[in-house]
Amino acid sequence: MINEIILMKGYGLYVWSAFSFTLISFATLYALIKINLAKEQNKFSAKLGLLDEAKIKVAKTQSTNREILANRISSEI
Amino acid sequence: MFKFLEPNKIFLITSKAPKYVFFIFIIVLSIGLVEALFLSPEDYIQSHSVRIMYVHVPSAWISLGIFSLIALLSVGSFIFKNKNFSLIAKSLAPSGFVFNVIALVTGSIWGKPTWGTWWAWDARITSMLILALFYSMYILAWRIYDKKEQVIKITSIIAIVGVINVPIIKFSVDWWSTLHQNSSVNILSETSIHPSMLVPLLIMTAAFSLFSLLIFLMKYNTELIKIKNKGLDRL
Repeated sequence: MINEIILMKGYGLYVWSAFSFTLISFATLYALIKINLAKEQNKFSAKLGLLDEAKIKVAKTQSTNREILANRISSEI
Repeated sequence: MFKFLEPNKIFLITSKAPKYVFFIFIIVLSIGLVEALFLSPEDYIQSHSVRIMYVHVPSAWISLGIFSLIALLSVGSFIFKNKNFSLIAKSLAPSGFVFNVIALVTGSIWGKPTWGTWWAWDARITSMLILALFYSMYILAWRIYDKKEQVIKITSIIAIVGVINVPIIKFSVDWWSTLHQNSSVNILSETSIHPSMLVPLLIMTAAFSLFSLLIFLMKYNTELIKIKNKGLDRL
């Protein structure tokens, strides 16, 4: 049964490599995009931290800025 | 006009959406993989190699769809002078390109047992390769040029010129004698594929569409935060 699934009458190598390539491409693209997103989010909070209190208050009045801080990917990639 | 497309308003949705889209994508992909690899029947001629169709065909469809959308948005950014159109188009490009590459590679893997060759300079395959070149040019142009007005103009031209290739890809199998088979799934005419194969194909298409939506949302959020980072410098 398992051999049948793996070998697929001699086509297993082609089928499994096509599916593997697809899933590896997905994982790679997802990781690259996520790393870039985390980088920009971290840059944003670092820049915000460098501002004086009055400017931080102004920045935090904008809903988008609050959203960026709230959705920051906490894990350090 | 297009006030609902204002980045600040969209961001409130796009920043929260990825986690839900990711969750749905994993569920749909799992169902699709079980259907495609184990439950769907083998073909009476191609045997199990037909299963490659479940990754090859949705990838090709989505890469064509995304490029057409990029071209449409580029025309929109020219006409309405809306910069958010080009930002959306830019965020769509990475997943479109990856799906284009997946379609080419899985097509090549499918070609070996079916046609006896990994590659043929056939009209459908060659036009898909040209599409990949247009995707590469589009993505590279965004990286190379710094001036905003200039980069929007150049990328829009690339997309509008490149979209001419989309109908060529679609009708290449009808216009020329190609190794590539004709389409089995048609919206306007009769579909020749059996439901037992059509269902997994549609599930995999839904999963791949969700993945491109996920990548688009994450990329779009990255681009908006980049703009916000520049805004902080001006505070």
